[in-house]
Amino acid sequence: MGILEVKDVGKRFGGLQALSEVNLSVKENTVHAIIGPNGAGKSTLLNCLVGKLIPDTGSVMFDGQSVLGRKPYEINQMGISRVFQTPEIFGELTVMENMLIPCFAKRDGSFRMHAIESMMNEKDVVEKAEAMLVDMNMADKKDMHSASMSRGDKRRLEIGMCLAQEPRLLLLDEPTAGMARADTNNTIDLLKQISDERDITIAIIEHDMHVVFSLADRITVLAQGTPLVEDDPENIRGNPKVREAYLGETA
Amino acid sequence: MLGMNKKDTSLMIVVAILALGAPILLNPFPVDSAMAQFNAGYPDLMQRFAIFGIFAIGFNILFGLTGYLSFGHAAFLGVGSYSVVWMYKLLDYNVIWGLPLAVATAGVFALLIGYVSLRRSGIYFSILTLAFAQMSFNLAYSVLTPITNGETGLQVYTEDPQVLLGATEANSPHLFGLVMNQSSKLTMGGWEFTFNNGYYFCAVVLMVMFYLAIRIFRSPFGMMLRAIKSNNTRMAYTGLNPRPYALAAFVISGMYAGLAGGLMAAMDPLAGAERMQWTASGEVVLMTILGGTGTLIGPVLGAGFIKYFENIFSKINDNILHGWFSFLPDGLEDFVVFIIHPFIGKGWHLTLGILFMLVVIFLPGGLVEGGQRLKKLVSKKDDNSNTAKTEPAE
Repeated sequence: MGILEVKDVGKRFGGLQALSEVNLSVKENTVHAIIGPNGAGKSTLLNCLVGKLIPDTGSVMFDGQSVLGRKPYEINQMGISRVFQTPEIFGELTVMENMLIPCFAKRDGSFRMHAIESMMNEKDVVEKAEAMLVDMNMADKKDMHSASMSRGDKRRLEIGMCLAQEPRLLLLDEPTAGMARADTNNTIDLLKQISDERDITIAIIEHDMHVVFSLADRITVLAQGTPLVEDDPENIRGNPKVREAYLGETA
Repeated sequence: MLGMNKKDTSLMIVVAILALGAPILLNPFPVDSAMAQFNAGYPDLMQRFAIFGIFAIGFNILFGLTGYLSFGHAAFLGVGSYSVVWMYKLLDYNVIWGLPLAVATAGVFALLIGYVSLRRSGIYFSILTLAFAQMSFNLAYSVLTPITNGETGLQVYTEDPQVLLGATEANSPHLFGLVMNQSSKLTMGGWEFTFNNGYYFCAVVLMVMFYLAIRIFRSPFGMMLRAIKSNNTRMAYTGLNPRPYALAAFVISGMYAGLAGGLMAAMDPLAGAERMQWTASGEVVLMTILGGTGTLIGPVLGAGFIKYFENIFSKINDNILHGWFSFLPDGLEDFVVFIIHPFIGKGWHLTLGILFMLVVIFLPGGLVEGGQRLKKLVSKKDDNSNTAKTEPAE
């Protein structure tokens, strides 16, 4: 039994069968990559995992509990954090405030009315956020407006915010899309470090094969809304079916 | 001090000095001088400064922090006024009964209206709140006449029960015998200062509400509200449910509005449906934007600015203008008066509209941004003259 079990998931948008009979099992404490050509249904699948979409058929179980029909914030509170293709951070807030928010969410749950409490009396949360910024190598940017940072720094902050919630499963949607090579390599190193040092499972959707083969323990190839193969990276590299899916039948 | 950092403490002290010293600060011109008509230090206007200041501070907690633009906050103002007048009618003229009730009923109304309206965001939210407020206005104006006394407005009659009314008790609003419409006057040289009980009551409430607003702005809750404005998606994917946060902000700002409405009735024991009209809702939006959305002091400044214009500019008439320009040749005098005429008296809205446009275009951060720019300009000059004294910019 994996920590995330996807069974027979199907999703249709009008005339388009975006996903059909998707089965996927993500083992605990591994890095599982989901790859596939454009339009294979990777993002649709991810959206079904976090509550943004509800699949028409099938089930999605996280740690033995169904996530279907739950709101995104409820699924997050179960222990699934998501990193977006374009970093979603609180642009108008400072880096420190960005980090404080997930720390409060972890401690207080989805809603708490702490309207006249002073931030000075929240030492435990503030210390945790500061430690997390040190971990992410961002302590010097603490008081910066987060919108004014580089793409790579925004990504780093977003990953840090997700980790501050101590999730059991971290979902990454093309984390290096649109990044310069140096930023991409930094992100790979950061993710490697995270999966080595923390008790965490990572599921990653990626286009860049360099990223996939540097990180993944296990790879699922998705084509036309359905899984083609699931195997170890070495076997995927030489698999003729995968080449066909990516390069077309004549290749 | 009191859980505030140094900057907020000094802001609080400035507000306290302004609020308590207003009767003197707003009366800079001697009574007999030609400029006396620009004095704003009379009780009626100062009370309005404080009351609309409270209204705008509350509105800013919703609009400034979460970005939800409500066009229906006047409904809560009206609810607050009616609550207080009903307590006059049933119990007695002591405002201590009415004001907590005003806050509570406005809170309940805000909970209902906010619960429905917050299902939508952006323009749809604004329209929903506007619709609710207009509904409340129309209900108060006609259908609910037994409760609101319709067009006439709710007021206290001699046959009302007033069960707690003592034999020696004042026959107008008071707080444990401190009668609101009583004033003491101080004459110094050509100046006359009026210290009104009602104004000081409002000023103390304003200070308390301003302090509460500081605490809310700086609290983890305030940070969550700013997070809603900044990125709702990240909010939801950080395990936070944005809706109760927004609803809590809506209810808090509704309660501020209820308190402001209650204070209106505490100054003058009347309540009319027109307080709930959409123009009143729009006014508080103008005040907040004019002063500086999302800043602490901005809404108070905006409220003061608009109320000053409403009361002072609307009093200037053609005769006064002729007096001012009498030094000009006759034809020219008439011409100048003719040009200025549309901007004064009943035309004060035109002046306000132009000023509002100028502020929004050139100072998007409102009067507060204007102040900050001035400060920068001054400190730059200081830097040039004495570079040794520079401190790191914030």
